[in-house]
Amino acid sequence: MVGFIIFLALLSVGFVFGRTAEANHFKSLIEREEKLSHITITTTKKLPDGYRSSEFVAGNVVISIDYFKRIAAALRGLVGGRIASYTSLLERARREAVLRMKEEADKEGASMIANVRLETSSVFQDAKQLVGSLEVYAYGTALK
Amino acid sequence: MANIIISNLEAIPGVTIVKHLGMVQGNTVRAKHMGRDIMAGLKNIVGGELRGYTELLTDSREECTQRMIEHAQALGANAVLNVRFSTSSVSAGASELFVYGTAVVVQ
Repeated sequence: MVGFIIFLALLSVGFVFGRTAEANHFKSLIEREEKLSHITITTTKKLPDGYRSSEFVAGNVVISIDYFKRIAAALRGLVGGRIASYTSLLERARREAVLRMKEEADKEGASMIANVRLETSSVFQDAKQLVGSLEVYAYGTALK
Repeated sequence: MANIIISNLEAIPGVTIVKHLGMVQGNTVRAKHMGRDIMAGLKNIVGGELRGYTELLTDSREECTQRMIEHAQALGANAVLNVRFSTSSVSAGASELFVYGTAVVVQ
């Protein structure tokens, strides 16, 4: 009985806090993306003409899913199909990592980041946990 | 450290490659930290960014990049081009960070 109450408490805490945190994060992502929209990013390896210097830039983020979504994803895992909670989690992580990379490039005064690579990995995963934490790492070469 | 160029492009502006010295690499395996893990456990309930881990991985990447640079300098290179990063989990609670690239002499 006590276990069930704790489970329900965790579920509701995860639902409420996870939801507001996600909404706030999306709002801040949109704002910061707007501010840094003058930096073009490409995934081509070739060096574009007309740049004088280059600098290696990178951004990373480790992110975790909330309790409610973890349970929802586990239930979805029984029937299969698209797991919306992980889709949005990874989208947030990727956008955040790219933004951090862009912020670093902005400090250097760069106008373009060439050869951007994104790497996703699950880090520090426990044997008992379904998903530990996800890391997204974005890197590229800032040009000015 | 200061005068070595790191880039993930095949060519960089303003310089020409005079000599290729082959592949250089650096790696590090990091385990998670107990204290940080307690905080991360709480964060696992509400979700969101695990700042301790973000910093830990940033530091680890700097360390393996440093190792790659030492390797490149030992070969007499002054730049490392086409750098790639890779991450893999080697055991429960530990991650390996690996960085590799091509050591070159540029002018």
